[in-house]
Amino acid sequence: MAIFTETKSRELLTKVIALSRADECECNLNGSNAGNIRYARNTVSTAGEVSDVTLAVQSCYGKRVGTATINEFDDASLEKVVRRSEELAKLAPENPEHMPNLGPAKYSKVNAWYDSTANVTPEDRAAAAEASIVPSRKNKLIASGYLNDAESFSAIMNKAGMFAYHLSTAVNFTATIRTEDGTGSGWVSRDFNDSSKMDTKEASNVAIRKATGSKDAKEMEPGKYTVIMEPAATVQLLSNMFGSMNQRGADEGRSFLSKKPAEGEEAVEGAPTNRLGEKMFDERITIYSDPANPDCPTAPYAGDGHPVGMTKWIDKGVIAAMPNSRYWAEKTGSKYYPTAYTGGGIFGGNQQLIMEGGDQSLEDMIKDTRRGVLVTRLWYIRQLDPQTLLYTGLTRDGTFYIENGEIKYPIKNFRFNDSPIVMLNNIEALGKPVRINGSMIPVMKIRDFTFSSLSDAV
Amino acid sequence: MDRRKFIELTGFGMGGMMIALPGSYISASELTANPLDVAFKKSMSDIALNAAKSKGATYADVRIGRYLNQFITAQEKRVSNVVNTESAGIGVRVIANGTWGFAATSDMSPDSIALTAQRAVAVAKANSKFQTDPVQLAPVTGVGEVSWKTPIIKNAMEIPIQEKVDLLMEVNNAAMDNGANYITSVLFLVNEQKYFASTDGSYIDQDVHRLWAPFFATAVGATGFKQRTGLGNPVGMGFEYFDGDPAEQIKVQGANVGYRYSYDMVQDAKDAGQQLQAKLKARSVEPGKYDLVLDPHHLMLTIHESVGHPLELDRVLGYEANYAGTSFATLDKWRSGTFNYGSDIVNLFADKTQKHSLGYVGYDDEGVKTKEWDLVKDGTLVNYQAIRDQVHIIDQKESHGCCYSQSWSDVQFQRMPNVSLRPNQQDLSADDIIKDVENGIYIVGRGSFSIDQQRYNFQFGGQLFYEIKDGKITEQIEDVAYQSNTQEFWNNCTQLAGESDYRLGGTFFDGKGQPPQVSAVSHGCPTTRFNNINVINTATKAG
Repeated sequence: MAIFTETKSRELLTKVIALSRADECECNLNGSNAGNIRYARNTVSTAGEVSDVTLAVQSCYGKRVGTATINEFDDASLEKVVRRSEELAKLAPENPEHMPNLGPAKYSKVNAWYDSTANVTPEDRAAAAEASIVPSRKNKLIASGYLNDAESFSAIMNKAGMFAYHLSTAVNFTATIRTEDGTGSGWVSRDFNDSSKMDTKEASNVAIRKATGSKDAKEMEPGKYTVIMEPAATVQLLSNMFGSMNQRGADEGRSFLSKKPAEGEEAVEGAPTNRLGEKMFDERITIYSDPANPDCPTAPYAGDGHPVGMTKWIDKGVIAAMPNSRYWAEKTGSKYYPTAYTGGGIFGGNQQLIMEGGDQSLEDMIKDTRRGVLVTRLWYIRQLDPQTLLYTGLTRDGTFYIENGEIKYPIKNFRFNDSPIVMLNNIEALGKPVRINGSMIPVMKIRDFTFSSLSDAV
Repeated sequence: MDRRKFIELTGFGMGGMMIALPGSYISASELTANPLDVAFKKSMSDIALNAAKSKGATYADVRIGRYLNQFITAQEKRVSNVVNTESAGIGVRVIANGTWGFAATSDMSPDSIALTAQRAVAVAKANSKFQTDPVQLAPVTGVGEVSWKTPIIKNAMEIPIQEKVDLLMEVNNAAMDNGANYITSVLFLVNEQKYFASTDGSYIDQDVHRLWAPFFATAVGATGFKQRTGLGNPVGMGFEYFDGDPAEQIKVQGANVGYRYSYDMVQDAKDAGQQLQAKLKARSVEPGKYDLVLDPHHLMLTIHESVGHPLELDRVLGYEANYAGTSFATLDKWRSGTFNYGSDIVNLFADKTQKHSLGYVGYDDEGVKTKEWDLVKDGTLVNYQAIRDQVHIIDQKESHGCCYSQSWSDVQFQRMPNVSLRPNQQDLSADDIIKDVENGIYIVGRGSFSIDQQRYNFQFGGQLFYEIKDGKITEQIEDVAYQSNTQEFWNNCTQLAGESDYRLGGTFFDGKGQPPQVSAVSHGCPTTRFNNINVINTATKAG
């Protein structure tokens, strides 16, 4: 098993730190047991299980940093990995931006681990796939989908006395269900920490309805439309926008949050270099992160072990905080705004974003719409202009025309060229936030969204 | 690792966040030392194969992998990261009850390997309950014990860190001395030491090397900022790629526009600095129809998206429907034998055998010897990309040899081989192509790219755009992207440069599958002309 308890992690890391001869030493221990099943053409295509655990040791001499790792845990291996990291630190050039390791801190309690997910078996995964395939087949549809479950742990300890530990589980499911003739396609996504909430049959029924309902789509002229965006359609754009909110990029003049003197005016010494505190969006827009949110919990600390609590990034349309590094925060005299460690695999997971919404359901919102387009999801989103955050991409797997409060007919997919900055200023209504990709995002009704061309893709 | 994670990992996007790096790190001196012994790998493989067979597997293969990476990231005048990573382990794939099963572990003790093989069989059996389409494998004759290595001159892993740091510092200084305000440059080295064994009787040991040195420079002007990425290519070469042989530099109307099999990264950085300043002042494009002349560094990605992906047989059949999508290039179009993918000068071929390419290996990840085959011949769709469990669907008896897995811990599946556009038999240069264009745009480098899930509608941008008037490049322009439809676009292909202009571009991060896996793939092509293509302006909203 690749899951170490908190006690075992603490004992092991204490032993490693005791071996260190460097000025500073920080260790990360990460492990997971993961399983998955994939199906297509109404049958299982691949499935597997993987377990792995890794210890990374980072040693510092002054501002020289070296890191080494190992996945064996006997005494000789631990000694070897510490010496190896020290050797590499001595070879590395100085990084003037290296910040000293943090000391001990208090962390809020977060429950992100569920037995139900840790106990998923290959048979459970096969049954989850069956619950999607059987109704699809019955409706003469073709199902494809993917279910992935994992239990993971991470621990961090350093010579300065810091120790943090986090256990989590996660289960993700997506399904694309298509008509046999390929003229209709529906999609659904669900993700939870607690696998007992996962109902692949219920989820697949959503995709089945969309597949059947999107058959024989009609062509509509590209142009500006009022759109109702399901959470899956906006989560990537919001996440991309958040990725561009870094303080340093803004201060250096290369971000949509850079503050410039007006054209023709001279720069004033000491004037703000970024747009912190400015109102940039509709006042209904509030976006924050909160590791303790019970619907989408994450680790209560950052990658450097700094505690992370509730952080409002956008508050009533105003830029309230910009993520930064400890180095940049200190250099600019700003508050340090770290983002939560998203662990679970070598390169981490999605940054959790929670966007406030209203009470309206998707159905209510459709009822209130005279003329508009319902978008299930957006695909192949790419940035066109980093200054305006103009993006392009396409609608996919269920795009419908709404008229006088009801869905009239399915329409062909569009390519869009638009910016989340514009979208978040053109809000007509916000629905109830739902979990998507580890975040909580409401359904949004947005006016004047730009579709630039048509696509024949289904 | 996907493209987004790479950008985060290397800090390649902005000068931004410090990213904590969980993962696997080893010291430089150990990168090349102690590869796993072949005899050890063979005995471990036999344990897995025997354990799988004893539990009822009718076929099994084993991949023992040691995957080494080195990244060095330099931002402006400092080195922000020196990272060595290693990942080693074993993956076992089996067929039991006609169904695939897979399991993997980093614990390479004999007991753990046997247990992993048994888990793979258990997974296959659990899934076979819902299997309606038993796996049919195209036959492969075992090759016994063989080995293969990427032909490299200088093993990049053995070059001292100081030499690499010096190169990146010189690059950053060159960009900043010539007009860039910020630059992030990265050296990214990959060595896959992989061993494959199967119940067919193959024991294949391969040592695969690839490298890539991208940079990302920014210039901030009075009213905004501009960005330019490097024109180097990811390649299947050693450190000799950085020798900067002037004979491998491509010039158009006297200016550097690209590099073939030798990269002068410092020169490219100098050019980038100057071009950034020009970009800040450049005129925004007037939207409309233009004849486009596409440089190979740009066109490679258009080929990747509009030819490489739609001709993956698993996509055509629906196996990727839940992720990247399906394909417009359906079996009926192929069966007709008359589907006009492009104009009759369009010849697109697949291979995993081109020297210096990212896809070049001796055998694929299911033990099939690699080869070259045609996809589009004289404009007509003639074949797909398929592996052992797929070729029977297109009435063929032999796998194309394009199966790949990104690591020991992921299951192998059909991945895009190199897909390339054959050059003109007449050896025309890029200048020869440009001189016949009356009203056009010459596009160099890859920019924003987006295509739908069946590969019809696409929109691509670039790095550098030049207006062509009456056969001459007149000025650098900005904010160009073109929108088209795959079949229409390739049928508007009217002229190709020749062999001496042919270059390989590529990507390290082609994403596919669930769980998502990346694969490195090259695309060769010459400078090519496409007539009457719709160009939009990306500075304002397109419409």
